[in-house]
Amino acid sequence: MTADPIVVLRDVYKRFPGAEALRGVSLDLPAGQIVGLLGPNGSGKSTLLKLMAGLYRPSSGTVLVGGRAPDRRTKTIVSYLPEVDHLYPWMTVQGSLEFVRAFFADWDDERARALLDFMGLAPGKKVGALSKGMRARLRLVLALARSAPLVLLDEPLSGIDPPSRSRIVDAILSEYRAGRQTIVISTHEVLETEALFEQLVLLESGTVKLQGDAERLRAEFGRSVQGIMEEVLA
Amino acid sequence: MFGLNGGTQLQLRFDPERPIYQQIIDEFKRAVARGDLKPGDRIPSQRELATQARVNPNTVQRAYREMEWMGLVETLRGQGTFVAGEPALLATLRAEMADEAVERYVGEMRALGFSSQEILERTKRSLAQVKEGGDGNDG
Repeated sequence: MTADPIVVLRDVYKRFPGAEALRGVSLDLPAGQIVGLLGPNGSGKSTLLKLMAGLYRPSSGTVLVGGRAPDRRTKTIVSYLPEVDHLYPWMTVQGSLEFVRAFFADWDDERARALLDFMGLAPGKKVGALSKGMRARLRLVLALARSAPLVLLDEPLSGIDPPSRSRIVDAILSEYRAGRQTIVISTHEVLETEALFEQLVLLESGTVKLQGDAERLRAEFGRSVQGIMEEVLA
Repeated sequence: MFGLNGGTQLQLRFDPERPIYQQIIDEFKRAVARGDLKPGDRIPSQRELATQARVNPNTVQRAYREMEWMGLVETLRGQGTFVAGEPALLATLRAEMADEAVERYVGEMRALGFSSQEILERTKRSLAQVKEGGDGNDG
C-alpha cells in the first residue's frame, strides 16, 4: 500500500467505569478502501468508530485520523453514522436533509437528491411515519451525501428488513468514490456484505484478532468472510 | 447474470470462498475461450460490473488491471474496455482452460480411486454416449 493510512491506532486502550472496551488496539487503515469492522456485539466496534470520529478520547495510546489527533475539526473530514437513530420524528425527510446540510461544507445537494431517489424516500414524508428500514435508508443518505474522505458507518444493516439491507449495500457500492474515499462499516451481518469489503478487521473482546486484505484472506483460509469470522472468533 | 453486447451472459454469482477478482478474470477468460466475447467487443465498465455484481469497485479494478496486463482486454481512454484483438491469445486460452478442466476431472477420478486405465475407458464410454445424445439433441 503506497498511500498513507487514513487512520492509525497505536496501542489504544479505552476504559469506562467498570469496563475495558479496547485493550491495546494497533491498526493502520489504508486510504481509499471499504473496510469491514467485524465482530460480535460488545467486541468494541462502536467504541473504535467513536474514537476515529473524535467523539471519544483514548484512555491511553495514540489515535491519528488524516495524520492528526481527532478534535472538533475532525468532523469536517469524517462523516459518522451513529448506531442509534438520531433523527427527529417531527421533521420531514427533506427537513432532515436541510438540518444536517447546515452543519457541513462538503454537503452535495445533487448527490443527496440522487440518493433519496435511489432509496425510494419521499421528501415530504414525516420521519415519524417511516418504517425502521426506511429510517435506516434515510440515515445512510445523510451520511453519504457528504464528500468526506472518511465515512464511518456503525451497524448500518442491523435489525432492518432484507430489501432495505440490499438497497443500502447497493447505495454504498454505487456512491463509493473508489480509491478516494475510505468507508469503515461495522457489522455482525456478513452475508450481504461478503463482496463489499476490501479490507477486514476482526475484533473480539477489545482486541484485533485479524486484519488484512479480504481477497488475500479468502485465498489463505479457503473460506468466505463469514467462514473466516467463524474460524477466527471461535 | 449480466448481459454483454451481443447477448452473451456472464455468470456473476461468486463463490465467496475464493478470491473474487480471480473469478471475474476466469469468467471473462471462459467467455473469450467459448467465443461469446470476440476481439473488439466492449465489456462492462468497472463501475457497471461492480454495481451489477455487487462487488467492491477496487476488486473489479484489480481484475481489469490484471486482464490488461495479460493482454486479454485493453482500455481506451474515454471509450471503454474492449476484448483485445490478439489471435494467438484465443488458442492459448482454450488450451489453458482445457488443461485445467482435464486436470480437475482426472484429480477427482483419482480421488475416487480409479486407475489410469479405468479413467480412460470410462471417458471413452462417456464420450460415445455423449456423442449419441448430442446427435439426437442437435436437431
